[in-house]
Amino acid sequence: MIDRVDLWIVIIGLGIGSFGLRFVFLGLVGDRPLPAWLMRHLRYTAVSVLPALVMPLIVWPTATGGETDPVRLAAAAVALAVGYFARNPLLAMVVGAAVLVAGGYWVS
Amino acid sequence: MAGPGVKSSYWRGLRDGLPFLLVIVPFATLFGVLASDAGLNAAEALAFSVAVIAGAAQFTALQLMQDHAPLIVVLASSLAVNLRMAMYSASLTPHLGHLPLWKRGIAAYFLIDQSYALGIIKFEKDRELNQSERFAYFIGTVSGICPFWYIFTVVGALVGSNIPMNTGLDFAMPIAFIALVGPGLRTGAHMSAAFVASASALLFAFLPYNLGLLVAAVLGMAAGAEVERRWGAPA
Repeated sequence: MIDRVDLWIVIIGLGIGSFGLRFVFLGLVGDRPLPAWLMRHLRYTAVSVLPALVMPLIVWPTATGGETDPVRLAAAAVALAVGYFARNPLLAMVVGAAVLVAGGYWVS
Repeated sequence: MAGPGVKSSYWRGLRDGLPFLLVIVPFATLFGVLASDAGLNAAEALAFSVAVIAGAAQFTALQLMQDHAPLIVVLASSLAVNLRMAMYSASLTPHLGHLPLWKRGIAAYFLIDQSYALGIIKFEKDRELNQSERFAYFIGTVSGICPFWYIFTVVGALVGSNIPMNTGLDFAMPIAFIALVGPGLRTGAHMSAAFVASASALLFAFLPYNLGLLVAAVLGMAAGAEVERRWGAPA
């Protein structure tokens, strides 16, 4: 059982901390220009953080206990390819999910 | 050149955000279910989701609290998971930094993976958008998503373990994020960043507290920046 005081310390602390992380540049830097080298790095935030976030989940899925699953790999590859060539995140999501569902039926 | 207008930008953002409900609804429900299993009531689970709105950090905190980790470890680990938000914040600053402080505060609260990814794609593509239109688009993306994050946290907490969680659902989040990466790979520099970040994420997956994610992200960004510096700015 989680202690009630602990729970609220975590909720409030995590809430304030998360807001702080989100606010730090938007709120405190605002419209002051950032140095060119920093801007150059920031342009690649999305294409670095998102793959880094999901890559371990793709290669070692939690649901399979960390065992690499060809269906999930295929679904991920197809979603990436469709997203890249069609430039359409929604279509990529739907096609990737379709591969996952179809693969699930065929394999099992 | 005049932009599409504030109202139209808002609706565009709302429409672009809605597909993510396919991810948000099961994810929020799952959090509610796990919170209820951990002994939290619906109000406490909701407070969690409203205060933090970041699934990965919430799951981490809940898990560590159940393992009776020291409070400082719970907080530090969960905040480490959310450190990417600071990167998002920096990345959006050139696009939203001219807004009044209160609007930047609101944007900061609603800065989540989905709103960041949609926002940055939009702002880099449609350069003619003014500050108000960008803000409207950004708020549009979350106004279809965040209410359901709150609502389904409560649903999950109330229904508890009675919901069968389909195992395929674990993969909704990865697919949704990959779908966002594809359209972002516009230049060789973007591809280098994504490739280095992906490889590093696997290489550094052994690091505790999700620090592998941060190392990988920084290496990916450095790779993108270096390619750009040598072979020219993005189109």
